[in-house]
Amino acid sequence: MFFGGDAKNQRNFSDTETSQYQASIMAKPDSLQGSLDLLVLKILSRRPRLHGYAMMSAIEESSGDVLRADEGSLYPALHRMEEDGWIRAEWVTKDTGRRARIYELTLAGKKQLADEESRWRVVTSAVNRVLRTV
Amino acid sequence: MSLWSRIANVFRRDSLNRDIEEELQSHLAEAIAEGRDRAEARRAFGTLSSHRERSRDIRLIPWLESLYDDLVFGWRQIVKRKTTSAAAILSLALAIGACLAAFRLMDAMLWRPLPISAPERLYVLSKQFRRTDVKVDPGDNFEYPLFRQMRARVKGQAELIAVSGADRIDLTYGSDEETEKAYQQYVSGWMFHSFGIRPALGRVFSENDDLTPGAHPYAVLSYEYWKRRFAEDPTVLGRTLRTGSDVYEIIGVAEGPFTGTEPGRATDIFLSTMMMKNDAIVRSDYQWFRIFVQLGTGVSAPLISDELQPIFREFVEERAKVSVGSPRAATLLRQLKLVMNPAPAGVSGLQKEYGPALFVLGVLVMLVLLIACANVANLMTAQATARRREIALRVSIGAGRLRLVQLVVVECAWLAFLAAGIGAGFAWWAAPLVVGMIGTPDNPVRLILPSDWRVLGFGVAMALGCTILFGLAPALRASAVKPVSALKGGDPQTRQRMMRLLVAAQVAFCALVLFVAGLFMATSERLSRQPMGFSAERLLTLETVTPHPLPDVLWSQVAEHLRTVPGVEASALCEWPLMTGGSWNGFISVNGAAPSPVASYFLSVSPEWRAMMKIPLLQGRDFRPDDTQPGSALVNEAFVRQYLVTGSPVGRSFDVVLNEGHRVHYQIVGVVGDARYRDMRDPMRPTAYFPFQGNYSRATFLIRTISANPLAIASAVRAEVPRARPGFRVSNIRTQTALIEQHTGRERLLSILALFFAVVALSLAGVGLYGVLDYSVLRQQREIGIRMAIGAKPTVIAQGLVLHLLALVLEGSLIGIILGFVSARFIETLLFEVTATDVGLLALPMATIFALALLAALPAIVRAVRTDPATALHLE
Repeated sequence: MFFGGDAKNQRNFSDTETSQYQASIMAKPDSLQGSLDLLVLKILSRRPRLHGYAMMSAIEESSGDVLRADEGSLYPALHRMEEDGWIRAEWVTKDTGRRARIYELTLAGKKQLADEESRWRVVTSAVNRVLRTV
Repeated sequence: MSLWSRIANVFRRDSLNRDIEEELQSHLAEAIAEGRDRAEARRAFGTLSSHRERSRDIRLIPWLESLYDDLVFGWRQIVKRKTTSAAAILSLALAIGACLAAFRLMDAMLWRPLPISAPERLYVLSKQFRRTDVKVDPGDNFEYPLFRQMRARVKGQAELIAVSGADRIDLTYGSDEETEKAYQQYVSGWMFHSFGIRPALGRVFSENDDLTPGAHPYAVLSYEYWKRRFAEDPTVLGRTLRTGSDVYEIIGVAEGPFTGTEPGRATDIFLSTMMMKNDAIVRSDYQWFRIFVQLGTGVSAPLISDELQPIFREFVEERAKVSVGSPRAATLLRQLKLVMNPAPAGVSGLQKEYGPALFVLGVLVMLVLLIACANVANLMTAQATARRREIALRVSIGAGRLRLVQLVVVECAWLAFLAAGIGAGFAWWAAPLVVGMIGTPDNPVRLILPSDWRVLGFGVAMALGCTILFGLAPALRASAVKPVSALKGGDPQTRQRMMRLLVAAQVAFCALVLFVAGLFMATSERLSRQPMGFSAERLLTLETVTPHPLPDVLWSQVAEHLRTVPGVEASALCEWPLMTGGSWNGFISVNGAAPSPVASYFLSVSPEWRAMMKIPLLQGRDFRPDDTQPGSALVNEAFVRQYLVTGSPVGRSFDVVLNEGHRVHYQIVGVVGDARYRDMRDPMRPTAYFPFQGNYSRATFLIRTISANPLAIASAVRAEVPRARPGFRVSNIRTQTALIEQHTGRERLLSILALFFAVVALSLAGVGLYGVLDYSVLRQQREIGIRMAIGAKPTVIAQGLVLHLLALVLEGSLIGIILGFVSARFIETLLFEVTATDVGLLALPMATIFALALLAALPAIVRAVRTDPATALHLE
């Protein structure tokens, strides 16, 4: 379930951008979907009102450059979460005069975050258990 | 919320695109602002357009978007070819409208559940002969004593409800001068409770209103009547109404749209069964009401039927023992069994009479619809061919097959739904028109024809059905296009074959419609030419009532007075006019023998009656004033043939055998020609006429007028009757011709509508033929050009085309006629003296279709013959 993700989106993903993956733990596309959602939700819960680029930077930064989001596919993911009602967006004009679309969590998003976090923990602890015992 | 925004985004795609684009661009700008290399940032970002597409697909509904695109595209295609589209839509609209109208009628008459609680648990009892070879319909009217027994037997499991026929009666809320008409019906008091109908005003009947014969002079109005007649005036409670010498007090109004259980007749006034006259409650030889069975929850119908059967048997057995008829009649009686059928939509004579006719009309309009669909399918096929290159191009740049099918189907759906919309308007107008044709002026049919979800659902289903019918085949073909060959410009033969098939089908359906229409028209014509045995010309009938029975002398005085009215040629008296539907009959015994199995009709007439009706006197003499009733009788030829085979009839005697074996003696004073009494189709029946003597409170004055239009002096005569003698009042005034015509109403309706649909089918098929031939000549222009260039004569080319056409039409009409033969068996009961194998009836549709085909082919042939080889060869 966790590794399954949204099958349709993933097919698109691998069709169009097979060559573009970063050498990182996200190289496996099926694990990306779930964890990207989790990471975005988590970042937004700590630092609301970020735009896409800032989110990407934040992920890199806080993971000590281990995790790098695939820049382009961040946006379809954001739009999907927006349609699902987890985050909401608005346009702001920045000091530089450029407009930016910034995001923040909704109530549903907070709940989703809690769910995903606990699920993540279950899975990772399970994986850890396997690693220890075998 | 999210779904809604996605739907909304479909319709504001431009701003959505801008939105996404700006966000993606701002990401890149941000990256560059951070000091990254522009090219590197672009590379890291990936394919911009693909991210954009994915975001778009997330933020709107892709299938809705493509549907929206196709809708816009389809609409543009329709608008682009205004004439062809309008022709297609209109012909389809006519067909769909006719189907909708037929559905509305059939639904209102046959299927719509009554507005009562649990109509699905409502059943009706009827009688059937156990032997199937008996052609007589024993009907569904019952005797009250039997009803009582049956009701008691199933008490607690099911409720039995007695409902008499709805009769049009004269009544007044004031003086006699203000007499009006209304439909009145006797019902069991507990009917309202069983049906879950509550009072809208006052109270409705209950069990307590149904206890003692003659003791419940109360009336309940239907809501519709209260609204129409009293404008919902609440003071109507306690008012009295009078019919004849009976007075009823209005005690309430039943709520809701309930107007009785007879589709086609709306009951205005409900009375208690206990108020039915003629000892109806106690007599066990008087059948005057239907029995409805409202099952209790969870009770099975067969169970109740089995409970009732033995009581019915026993009752019939008792009746057979005292039967006055011949032994055969008693045996027949013993053959009866009880049948219980579901009746959620109620039961009426109208259903029985018009149900099959409406069904046939429904089939005819369906055929017309199929013809129209075939036209549109041909149109779509031709268009798909014309658009082969466009479609091939779409395929080459990656359009999916499903998407192409959708493209064509959506265009068809446009046509179908536009046509259904216009057709609904047509049905709105046409259905009440047909209802008007079913009824007669003094017996209007009142069908409730609401436009609710049932009609809407049928309309939508039909539009969808049409879309699939004429859209799918062209769509599948269009999508199966092979880009390489299409772009190179090949012309597949399969399209032509498909179009030819459709045309043959069209011709077949058209021939079938024409054939059936011919049968109905011949039936109507033959029926209207049935010899009546009397002359209805310039004959006016005045059904007259008096408050109390009055002696025949007074009636004769009024008749004599009417003779003095200007414009009146002659007048006479009879109990009721011939062909009204009123009848009096009985068994005849000659020389004291057992009564014959065939009954004779009887009618009381004044001495002038025979001469005025222009019925020939064959032997003996007319009635004289000194003839007495009972005593003297005139009989018709059928009577002589039936009962007095040997010897001269004049001067001989016969007995009329009454109930319980009483006999009344008559002597024949004359023999007259056969005249129709109450039926158009049967052979002439034995009839005996008796002198108009005794006391009558209802009888009919017959008047032959001088002017050709008897109705011209109708109002003058009507006013003259009370002037001749106070107390006499004309209740109904009709021409004898109208009385006869009401017997052929169904056949007339069928023939008019069938003719109409035949014309529609013909014109649609003609348009279809024209289109296909013209198109095929257009496709063959190159070939024709070559043939003419190498010396073929125009006549040869025209001949080839005509032969090809004739083969097509012959094929189609043969199939149609065969279908006609098969179907004729199902409509046999609607026909009269007409058989399917009538050569004359076959020739006409065939000739018409061939003439039409040649007419439709003319433009195409002219075009072919006029082909200029030089231009034709330069075409491509």
